[in-house]
Amino acid sequence: MALKTEPFVLNIGPVHPSTHGVFRMRAILDGEVIVDMEPIFGYLHRGIEKLAEERTYTGVIPLTDRLDYLAAMSNNLAYVLAVEKLAGIPVPERAEYLRVIMAELQRIASHLIAVGAFLNDCGAFFTPFLYMFREREKIVDLFEMVSGQRLLYNYMRVGGLSHDIPSEFLPALDKFVRQMPGFIDEYDQLLAKNEILLARSKGVGILPRELAINISASGPVLRASGVKWDIRKVDPYSIYDRFEFEIPTGSVGDAYDRYWVKVQEMRQSLRIIKQAMGQLPPGEVKSQVSHLLHPPVGEAYGHIEAPKGELGFYLVSDNSIAPYRCHIRAPSLMNLTALREMMIGWKIADAIIIFGSIDITMGEVDR
Amino acid sequence: MAIANLGLNTLGRLETLPPDWPGGFWWHWLFFTVVIIAFVLLLVMGFIWIERRGMGRMQARLGPNRAGPFGLLQPVADAIKVLIKEDIVPTNADKIVYWLAPVIAFAPALMIFAVVPFQDGALLADLNIGILYVVAISSVSTVGVFMAGWGSSNKYSLLGAMRNVASVVSYEIPVLLSIVGVVLIAGSLSLNQIVLAQDIPFILLQPLGFLIFFVGGCAEIHRSPFDLVEADSEIVAGFHIEYSGMKFAWFYLAEYAEALAISAIITTLFLGGWRGPLLPPFLWFLIKVFAVFFVMVWTRTTLPRVRIDQLMALAWKFLLPLALINLIITGIQVLTWPVALPWVMIPVNFAIMAILVLLWSKLFKLGGGRVEV
Repeated sequence: MALKTEPFVLNIGPVHPSTHGVFRMRAILDGEVIVDMEPIFGYLHRGIEKLAEERTYTGVIPLTDRLDYLAAMSNNLAYVLAVEKLAGIPVPERAEYLRVIMAELQRIASHLIAVGAFLNDCGAFFTPFLYMFREREKIVDLFEMVSGQRLLYNYMRVGGLSHDIPSEFLPALDKFVRQMPGFIDEYDQLLAKNEILLARSKGVGILPRELAINISASGPVLRASGVKWDIRKVDPYSIYDRFEFEIPTGSVGDAYDRYWVKVQEMRQSLRIIKQAMGQLPPGEVKSQVSHLLHPPVGEAYGHIEAPKGELGFYLVSDNSIAPYRCHIRAPSLMNLTALREMMIGWKIADAIIIFGSIDITMGEVDR
Repeated sequence: MAIANLGLNTLGRLETLPPDWPGGFWWHWLFFTVVIIAFVLLLVMGFIWIERRGMGRMQARLGPNRAGPFGLLQPVADAIKVLIKEDIVPTNADKIVYWLAPVIAFAPALMIFAVVPFQDGALLADLNIGILYVVAISSVSTVGVFMAGWGSSNKYSLLGAMRNVASVVSYEIPVLLSIVGVVLIAGSLSLNQIVLAQDIPFILLQPLGFLIFFVGGCAEIHRSPFDLVEADSEIVAGFHIEYSGMKFAWFYLAEYAEALAISAIITTLFLGGWRGPLLPPFLWFLIKVFAVFFVMVWTRTTLPRVRIDQLMALAWKFLLPLALINLIITGIQVLTWPVALPWVMIPVNFAIMAILVLLWSKLFKLGGGRVEV
């Protein structure tokens, strides 16, 4: 007996526990299987690019905090790099090192949340999530020491940092760097050998190498598909050419690889922090920059390897105190563009995992 | 019965009554009905507290600690909260089905306790088909869950309800087959007789049966890692997504009452029920029930969720063959060692379990995955 069935539309989101913000997937389902899917963005649009045109170059920095609010330091860094390129401002040595330390700490913090949230999407009831948060808390404490804030740091400035680190920062950082590898190993051991996690994520949501390049994916999503592409290596900004580290790449490009790459990157970040701590020179942390900066007429594109991929700021100056145009290349948005191809044919449960493994922040997707 | 007679004694009535006093049946019925309802409600509160506090400890956080000492009054606070919440009925809901569903989902969990012995002979009805009754009644709650999923007229809840029906239909079979092993050894379907037959707990004689029953039981009452029915991260709350207020509380209650029922059945079938040294039987029963439930909390905090096709594969490709093999082996053992030496059978059975589970894990392929559309 053949049952007569017909597909139906299921709106996953915009208010749904696993959409990491307000994202909507309009899925057409045949039973549990996703036949078609249409991602719908824009629920968190705040017009940050337009707002940036109304503010001074320094005044845009707090706005960048609110892009990827889980990696505010990285956003700061990408923006100030673009402005420094635009206006040709030198940065003191010490500030460069501290920027690298902050950016790498931020990468660890962001990846911790990504891994925790991914496992939450897999259905591990908050335990991995809260353990990851426990480790992230230590990084947030470090950031609170230097900037006074715990989420939106607003720490970097054009030409350096807002102020130098306090004396208790380096011992605390040293303690963190010594403890963290043990925690990563422990969690990796607990998670990477879990039979259910393997069954759920191996081979699920494969993003082929060609497709990953074609949609200009970046960050862990691209590297999981086997492309050795990291802005820190291919176009070294700041002082990344002085450090030794490796770029972990996946082989298949499935959800598990995206998870695995993030765990490996945390280890590499710790390596970079260790080297930066050893080489940290004394001196100033901010060069003399006018409050009302007038960069010469022109344009500049500053990009970094943010935790989620290539984060770029494209700035156009008309020699006024505010950028004429500020465009943000958000990695989360770019990485999401292959979502439909990755999801079709999988079940709802897989769709949630695939979405979670891409690791996005809606604040950055919608801006 | 001892407690019931004690109660009558304090009333000063028993001596004056003839032994075949016809009111005795009704007195027994009334007494145990009250006991069962009080037992279930109190233990569900205890379970909720254990689950929330235990999960808090396992997740590196405190858990509820504001209401009462150690947060002990948290279930009470929760109960008051759901009582005063607004009761929302969706406009498109199938009203009658929507209203009936919570009751139908909860009642079976309560009815199971009619045949569960709290101590020797202390049970509402010592049915000679006790365990069969349990299996039959426990399936009824599926109807309630499906009614909720259908009546809410919500796609998420319909998905949850469909998943529930699929999983319960599949897991009934291995669960039932694993029970048969116990029944073969005990030689009776009555739960009280099964407990009396357990000079050594059947978990030692039937380790594989216990494993299958525990996994299958968890899947039937949709506890993690098989909680697809209400999968938080996928279909939000599944079948009870549209329920609020007291109707939601019925489902919440049903969920924990089912967990309690499964714990009690596992205790009775495999852990020796109320039997144990030193402590009074009722206390032993409670301790074992809580121990089983603790393992459920533990797995919930540890494991991610399986997918629906993996859930079905586990039932049909893993548990069912093992349950059949277990049944055959148990039958042979009961036939060939009628007055079996248990101390020989225990290591033999554990070895058989280890070999079978390892072998089947190697052979077992989950399959599934992407579907061409």
